[in-house]
Amino acid sequence: MEKTYLIALNEFCMSHNIEISFIESLQNTGLIETTQLHDAGFIEVEQLLQLEMYVRFHYDLDINLEGIETITHLLKRIDAQYKEIVKLKNKLMLYELKE
Amino acid sequence: MDYIDYYKLLGIPKTATASDIKAAYRKLARKHHPDLNPNDKDALKKFQQINEANEVLSDATKRKKYDQYGKDWQHAEEFEQSRQQQRQSAQNQQQQYGGGQNMGDFSDFFSSMFGNMGGSGGNRPQAKYRGEDFSAEVRLQLIEAYVTHKQTLTVNDTNIRITIPAGIENGQTIKIKGHGGISTNGGPNGDLYITFALLLHPRIKRLENNLYTTVDLDLYVAMLGGEITMETLTGKVKLHVAAETQNGTKIKLKGKGFPVYKQEGQFGDFYVTYNLKTPTHLTPRQKELFTELSKTT
Repeated sequence: MEKTYLIALNEFCMSHNIEISFIESLQNTGLIETTQLHDAGFIEVEQLLQLEMYVRFHYDLDINLEGIETITHLLKRIDAQYKEIVKLKNKLMLYELKE
Repeated sequence: MDYIDYYKLLGIPKTATASDIKAAYRKLARKHHPDLNPNDKDALKKFQQINEANEVLSDATKRKKYDQYGKDWQHAEEFEQSRQQQRQSAQNQQQQYGGGQNMGDFSDFFSSMFGNMGGSGGNRPQAKYRGEDFSAEVRLQLIEAYVTHKQTLTVNDTNIRITIPAGIENGQTIKIKGHGGISTNGGPNGDLYITFALLLHPRIKRLENNLYTTVDLDLYVAMLGGEITMETLTGKVKLHVAAETQNGTKIKLKGKGFPVYKQEGQFGDFYVTYNLKTPTHLTPRQKELFTELSKTT
């Protein structure tokens, strides 16, 4: 069975000097998923990168929750388009090299 | 090393207040922040510049030094020496500059003026609980991507032995968990992202799991049929050419293409296009025979 590594939200908030309510807001909008164990909140280590990005958006760039939601949606689209571009470039190579 | 006009970078006058600086920085950071501009090296460079400008102008001590010695930065050292005694009385002051900002993110101009005084810009530490992610690019020959193999990479002076599965795509990125930077805050290590760039093969092209090549075909073999030998990635194969094969005919060698990524035993197809080579420098006898042949049609 694969192990799941969890990070305590209290520890994360202390490390970043942020309020737990911000993470709760992210959880309520579905941007991240947290786990409750023995009355303490945790986040899976796989979501940490995403969570830190949201922290930077909110605290460094002063972007509110609605803005974060919109940006997340657009970033997903950019990522999908980037993958599509790589795919098309690979396809294009096939024709370019025939010349 | 050139002087950097931090006010110009943030688009603010020299009289700008702390809130003007903050607003200008945030506006530009929202535009150029690397999180908002994935895979954009120009945006990253621009962000580092505005971050540096903010680092200096949002800190009263640095701003004062910059304003006084900015254009004449080479004399800043003298400024430092003259204030040495003041500094000795406040030895602990250095600690507040020891934030998470990597000195590599600052220009030589900044380092020259402020030394190790990086990372004091905000009142909140940089959002780095986990270690930094590293990125690397690995170039592979097509034949190397054809077979699962191990390769040792050196990332930040550390050797990492990785297994590269057969069928990896050009531009594909894989994550090596925990092989990024070490966290300084007790969090997990960052990850290592490796993007593969497949080098072009002189004769064989690849599209997803299929391989493509063009083979020259002698006119006589094309007309009368026969056998030819063709090179693949793993060796030579014999092909039976049907009589009266037309120029541009494409044949499929089923299951002889590229291995499917992480699907052991599964392969794409190999497409071969025949390119008819008509004879040149005909002898008088050959011309005679072709003339004779043309009269039969």
